[in-house]
Parts: sequence; C-alpha cells; structure tokens
Amino acid sequence: MKFDPEALIAFMPMSLMYDDAGEIRYVAPTLAKLREPDTLIGAQIADVFSVRDNGRGGGEGPIPLGTKLYLNFLTGISTPLKGMAAAIPGTGLNLLNLSFGISIVDAVADYRLTSGDFAHTDLAIEMLYLVEAKSAVLEETKQLNARLQGAKVAAEEQAYTDTLTGLKNRRAMDHVMERMLRSSVPFAIMHLDLDYFKSVNDTLGHAAGDTVLQRVAKILLEETRGDDMVARVGGDEFILIFNKFMEHDGLMRTAERIITRLEEPIPYQDELCRISGSVGVTTTEFYETPNADVMIHDADLALYSSKYEGRAQATMFDPKVHKGHVSDHVNDPVEHRVRG
Amino acid sequence: MHGMINRAIQCFMRDTYGGTTWQAVAESADLGFDNFEAMLSYPDQLTIDVLGRAARQLHKPVETFLEDLGTYLVSHPNVEAIRRLLRFGGENFTEFLFSLNDLEGRAKLALPDLEMPTLRVEDNGDGTFRLSCLSSMPGFGYAMVGVMRAMADDYGALVFLEHQGWMDSGEEIITINLLEAAYAEGRTFELSERIGGEL
Repeated sequence: MKFDPEALIAFMPMSLMYDDAGEIRYVAPTLAKLREPDTLIGAQIADVFSVRDNGRGGGEGPIPLGTKLYLNFLTGISTPLKGMAAAIPGTGLNLLNLSFGISIVDAVADYRLTSGDFAHTDLAIEMLYLVEAKSAVLEETKQLNARLQGAKVAAEEQAYTDTLTGLKNRRAMDHVMERMLRSSVPFAIMHLDLDYFKSVNDTLGHAAGDTVLQRVAKILLEETRGDDMVARVGGDEFILIFNKFMEHDGLMRTAERIITRLEEPIPYQDELCRISGSVGVTTTEFYETPNADVMIHDADLALYSSKYEGRAQATMFDPKVHKGHVSDHVNDPVEHRVRG
Repeated sequence: MHGMINRAIQCFMRDTYGGTTWQAVAESADLGFDNFEAMLSYPDQLTIDVLGRAARQLHKPVETFLEDLGTYLVSHPNVEAIRRLLRFGGENFTEFLFSLNDLEGRAKLALPDLEMPTLRVEDNGDGTFRLSCLSSMPGFGYAMVGVMRAMADDYGALVFLEHQGWMDSGEEIITINLLEAAYAEGRTFELSERIGGEL
C-alpha cells in the first residue's frame, strides 16, 4: 500500500512533514496560514523554528522525537507553539504536529483564523468561546461590584449611627419617634444641650472636645434604660427618648442626675475639661395627638428656659408658661445662639 | 430565574422602547428596584410577571414580545456578545443549527448556574429541521424563533420558521425550513474579538 502523506496531514491542519535531513516537505493548510508555504517547503526546519524539549526527546534528527516540544518561529511574529514529532517508519519522513496552546487567543487575531482552520477534534473553538464568555461574565461582575460599592457608600451615609460617639443620630431618632407615635406608645423626650462645651473646644482643641463627647455619651447611656434611646442630634446637642416613662418628678430627677454627672471634670491629657448641661423635657401626655416636630420644639422651649435661668438645670415643658413665654424672649441672645 | 434573563428583558425594553417604558413596567410589576442585576438570581414568578406586564404595556401578545426579544438579543449592538457566542457555533447556518444541541453545555461552561433550555435539533431529511425546546420559562420557544430568524439573517440564510405549539411533555416545537443557505451576504464574523472590533 502506497503511503499518502496528504491524507495523514489532513487530519492535522497544523502539522508538517520533514525528511530525515531536516528539510520540510509538506505543510498542512492551517500552518500554511501562519507562514507562506513557499517559504517553508524546502527550508531546513531548524531555520524556521527554535525548538526546546527540556532534554527529554529521542532520535538522531534535527527535532527530538516522542516528547513534548516548545517551538517559536525564528522570524516574524514568534507565536509560541506546542508540538510533538514522530518518525513515520519506512518513509524517511517525520511528522511534526503543532498546536497553539495558550497562544490561541492572539493567534486567531494575528492570522485571522476561522473555525474551519481547526481540526474537528480540536478544543480551540471551545477555548475561544470560553474566553469570550468568561470575559463577558467578568465584565458584568465588575459592574455589579462597582454598583454594590456605590450602594455601600450610600448606605453608610444613611446609617443610623453617630460614628464619633456610637450613639444614634438624628435620622435614627426621627425614625424611632415616628414609629412610637404611630403605635401610640407614650414617652418623654429630653433635649440636652451641653454648657461650656464650646470653650473646651476653643481652649483645648477638637480632640479634647471629642473626648468630652464620648464621655457624655457614656454617661447618657448609663443613665438610661435599654429600651430608651440616646441620639446625638447636633454638635453638642442630644435628645433622649424615655420609653413609657412619663412621671414628671422622676424625669426631673433623672435630668438632674445627668447634669450632676456631666459636671464631674473630664480628664483630657493633663487638663480637666469642665462642662455642664441644660435640659428641656416634654412628654406625649401634653398633647391630644402628639407630633414629633411639636414635641421637639416644646422640649426646645423648655431647654431655653433652663439656659435663660442660668444654665446647668432642667425644665419641664409647661404649656401655660412656654407657649406664652416664647414671645417675651424673642430677642433673648440665648434664643439666637448658633446651633450645632 | 437567572438575572441574565431578566436583565435581557430589561435591556430589550430600554433599548427598543425607551427608559420610561421600562420604568413603567418595573413600577407596574412592583419590582421595588429599577434595574435587574445580571449576576443575581430572581424568583421565576417575577420574570413571568414582568413579561406579562411588558407585553400589556406594549399592547402585544406575550408570544410576539418574546419573539421580538429573541431578535433583539442577536441583532442589537448593545448585546453583541450574545451574537458572537452564538456564531462560535459554526461557519454556516446548518452548522449553527446543529451547534444548538451543545448550547446548554456551552452556556454552563461560562455560567454554571444559568438554567438554559434544553434544545434538540434534528434534520428531517427534506430540507427542514425540527427544533424542540424544553424550558422552565413557558414560551421560550417564541424567543428562539426570534433568535433563529436573526441568526439566519446574520449568516445570510433564507429560512421559514414556524412555531408548532406545545407537546404534552412541555416541549415547544419549531420547524425550520432552510430555503437557501447562502441567500445573502450575511454579517462577517471573526473568531478574534480584537479584529471584529477593528472592522
């Protein structure tokens, strides 16, 4: 039976045959897309490729046989190839079959290969498919990550916690108050404004101010119960919500105890920071239909009374006094202080 | 349903009928968000709701909506990646048809959790092909009709497509009559995205 090299080579579109002297005799069609066949046929194989076999190959010819080969073109685009060579017994010919391996993605672009250029048994098309599908999926994932990152930042901005003191913030307080009002839970609110805090900040610096605020937060948490709420609603302003605690004397005693504790000097480095607090209190009992804005406003009015009376004291809101009182004090400097 | 499918419905609405039309559908379906995420999963019922409301919004039967969606997926530049992945199936329309048998496996290579419909293509031997389509999403076969029509254009093939309805087993059957494989020029396809982009 006559050996037909063309028939064998058709199975392997990336193969070539060379004779025992190293001269290239046949070139398969896809390999012919990489380099002009005219320049290959008749050329010495060692002049076309650099070959590396890690020293494991056999045979006497120019290319090690029966082992994994790493090849590069010596001229033009180097295109790393994988390959294996074997002698075809009784013909004086050797077969070198090649594949792109990891260079496949660049190779299809460099040589404009199409799916018909690959053997039906070759996984190259699946590989290319996978590369593209994975890139598309990865791009979607990247975009999702970017959107989630944005959402996380936004969520942090909207969070309910005051980061300096760990207390709740104004947003959280509004939320809790609305919820309690909706479900008609009776409660008291205590509006606390620190006295002399600004002078601590001005004389000892903001770090001292921060220490004071953290100490205040600790005191307020200690003086309230688990289902009460303490919120920092401004620079040195706090609102405390007392769940189902309506008794006036009790509330006033709590306020006075807080003020006493606030007046304990707070050590900061070698200095002692001295502050106090003014408090205004109101409860849901004063209103037929309690409303958050009105309650905060009335607690404010009571607080202004405390300030007006000389600070460091607590005042219970009194509709008779404060609703009439407010207009008397329109020009009072305390009423016009800048609020944090 | 995989977010990829929901996202496709959204992009089709947005790119074809405008953002406000999509907004209206998202609101009427009470999604609670404006955008589907391709990489998240959603309950199947949500997808069915959105499809129904989208079709109503556009005054179209759901079947027509799905068919238009299928055409969009292959032919709109915003979703070029899908067309490219389908073109990997073969060098001509016939090869492409047979590659649909492998589509489920191929899709799983990229997205293991994507529930692709099971597609089976058989040659009837008289120039027609029979595509059966089994999906958790009823009516997916209509989307496939749109996909096949657009892919035929892409390859330059002249085909006649007919949705034959449902089998008792839940499969949808589509008959593909391949009148002429090389009827028109078709669109070019390069294996390398790099070259494809330069053209």
